[in-house]
Amino acid sequence: MAYSDKVVDHFNNPRNMGSFKKDDADVGTGMVGAPECGDVMKLQIKVQNDTIVDAKFKTFGCGSAIASSSLATEWLKGKTIEEAQKIKNTDIVQELNLPPVKIHCSVLAEDAIKAALADYQKKTDGQPTGTK
Amino acid sequence: MKLPIFLDNHSTSPMDPRVLESMLPYFVEKFGNAASRNHAFGWAAEEGVEQARKQIAKLIKADAKEIVFTSGATESDNLALKGVLEMYKEKGTHIITSSTEHRAVLDTAKSLEAKGMATVTYLPVDKYGMVNPQDVQNAITDKTILISIMLANNEIGTINPIQEIGKIAKAKGVLFHCDATQGVGKIPVDVQAMGIDLMSFTSHKIYGPKGVGALYVRKRNPRVRIAAQIDGGGHERGMRSGTLPVPLIVGFGKACELCEQEMVTETARLIKMRDRLQTDIMAALEESYLNGHPTNRLPGNLNISFAYVEGESLLMGMKDIALSSGSACTSATLEPSYVLRALGVGTELAHSSIRFGLGRFNTDDEIDYTIKKVIEVVTKLREMSPLYEMAKEGVDLKSVQWAAH
Repeated sequence: MAYSDKVVDHFNNPRNMGSFKKDDADVGTGMVGAPECGDVMKLQIKVQNDTIVDAKFKTFGCGSAIASSSLATEWLKGKTIEEAQKIKNTDIVQELNLPPVKIHCSVLAEDAIKAALADYQKKTDGQPTGTK
Repeated sequence: MKLPIFLDNHSTSPMDPRVLESMLPYFVEKFGNAASRNHAFGWAAEEGVEQARKQIAKLIKADAKEIVFTSGATESDNLALKGVLEMYKEKGTHIITSSTEHRAVLDTAKSLEAKGMATVTYLPVDKYGMVNPQDVQNAITDKTILISIMLANNEIGTINPIQEIGKIAKAKGVLFHCDATQGVGKIPVDVQAMGIDLMSFTSHKIYGPKGVGALYVRKRNPRVRIAAQIDGGGHERGMRSGTLPVPLIVGFGKACELCEQEMVTETARLIKMRDRLQTDIMAALEESYLNGHPTNRLPGNLNISFAYVEGESLLMGMKDIALSSGSACTSATLEPSYVLRALGVGTELAHSSIRFGLGRFNTDDEIDYTIKKVIEVVTKLREMSPLYEMAKEGVDLKSVQWAAH
């Protein structure tokens, strides 16, 4: 299978690869997938005043899964929590030119975003984040 | 050294220039139909075919008359299973095979089952991928008509105890088919000593042209008969009709001759390179696991799982080396390798496997490059892997409740 130039670029030069301390109050962590399925994504966001100021990922999976999560971290930076909720897997498919067999990678990335946001919101315990 | 490097010699092999040379006269000059008995064009073609038949038979210690040409090993497997079942259906309809056979055998067996023409026993293999001859013996019933066990596995290279299985088959009066596609030309094959009644193999795995293969069909002790699956002009003693592809057959013959002449030196050379590849990679990378038998394995085969990294991403990182992976992402079915699963390799390690297939044209420089590249890419991808990070933190990955998708 031939990969799109964008997938290859993200694979060769992953953006924001790494980890935050998951116990920090301003960090939200989403871990989705399973090793038996061949892909696991960990996506983390760092939030200040309701805005995602930084994002990081680590991914076990194929090139498209790595590219999808790398792209997701790029998109998350600078977005508010509300804006981040609106990122759709179809946006990722379009941007990376993913073939049909790789759509599940984009779905996983969207799930990881949602899981990271949910984790952060759970930590803030319903408090408006702007007050912190 | 030229890039990309071809290290996928189990899938196919580059044709040897000496093979090509042998074929060239048979396209334009000696173009005759080998079945034309009444003129010089036919005789010239027939002479080429019969010489090839001898070269091929010699490699497997058979008689030239026992070689039936086909389009390749898939057709040979189909012809063996379907041909025997149809011919001997009055005697029995039970087949014994193993769970790690090539799809050409497994799917043919399943198709016969689905049509109600056969019942099939799929024997398990041990952790190295080897069939236990005792299991074969135990599975035989008075309805068993055919045993079909492969010589060497295409993914892990494990070599089966064919001679022992052949003995059991003979003692019980059951026909024995062996899919020897990966083994012929690579390791010594003797259909007499191994007690093989039918054997599939192909040209393009041994530096010959694609599009031609053979089915060995024993002529005496016992005389094996098969029902033709392609009807027509009655070529190949009525077992496989169709005009013979003379240039391909001539190339196949030459390829067999070269394998026979060079097997001893080539095997030593391949094992040396393969062992170096294995030792250097596994010494540098913790938690890398050999799949298949540690010693009883094809000379050019190496299959390793690299924990915490996914196979397709490994291939992507090493895009200037042609390799293959047991990862689901590289297969059409989205399931990881059934061969590795049959060995008891965990799904996650099956996803992480890489198959190296060394062949005649690989060089030491290419192996050096591959060793360096594998270590570099696995290390990089482990840095990127959340599983590796968790394992380093001491998390037992098996205890994690994964959110399956």
